[in-house]
Amino acid sequence: MLFWLFAGVAMGSALLCITRKSPVASALWLVNTLFNLAGIYVLLDAHFIAAVQVLVYAGAIMVLFLFVIMLLNLGREGPSDIKGPWGKVIALIGGLVLVGELIALRRVTPPFSLQLPPGTVANSVAARGAVRVVAEPLFQGYLVPFEITSVLLLAAIVGAVVLAKRRL
Amino acid sequence: MLLGPSLAVSAILFSLGVVGVLLRRNAIVIFMCIELMLNAVNLTFVALSQQIGLDGQVFVFFVMTVAAAEAAVGLAIVIALYRHRDTVNLQNINLLRG
Repeated sequence: MLFWLFAGVAMGSALLCITRKSPVASALWLVNTLFNLAGIYVLLDAHFIAAVQVLVYAGAIMVLFLFVIMLLNLGREGPSDIKGPWGKVIALIGGLVLVGELIALRRVTPPFSLQLPPGTVANSVAARGAVRVVAEPLFQGYLVPFEITSVLLLAAIVGAVVLAKRRL
Repeated sequence: MLLGPSLAVSAILFSLGVVGVLLRRNAIVIFMCIELMLNAVNLTFVALSQQIGLDGQVFVFFVMTVAAAEAAVGLAIVIALYRHRDTVNLQNINLLRG
């Protein structure tokens, strides 16, 4: 029940996000979608992911988007950037085909040997804490990818400064 | 179990992101639609991690990191583009058109 509330608001906000004319309105509806996705994560026993979702996505990344919109002075109402009737028809057909394909994929279930007994994740969260169940695999099995991620972030920092600066 | 409904919601959100990319011409809104698609994939990871194991939740972190890096570099490109062309409308940016 609660799940469908979150899911409905998330999907409605996503629809408004792609149809509003003003980029600021789009960004704020996207923030609403991200908050509701965080609610769904809590219902799926991923409490720490939900907190990170609010902090990183709804906080940091969307502030970056709004900041760029403000910097480029795009907030005012201008001519609509939505494509004409042919573009709308093509987008609608493409979206419907994609939904059909993805829903059809749902019939594939993971092999039984890979499936955990129901409630395993909820039990381990209750036993070991919401942060620990994510931190232990992250800093043991996935330590090397985690360190490589820092190189990626460094490259992104340097790239963003080089691209956005007027004169080096 | 919420696995089936979660995957359905994720499919619909991903498709809405694709429709947004096909529908809009504003570069910043297209970036937001890409974020929407990444979030739909994150929802798939979290939903399946209930059935297959907690590695899916670890992977969500890597997806978020890549999304943050992509947003920073992408928005820097948009700013550089705006300085050269005074627009973020992709209809007017046709350098690669033959």
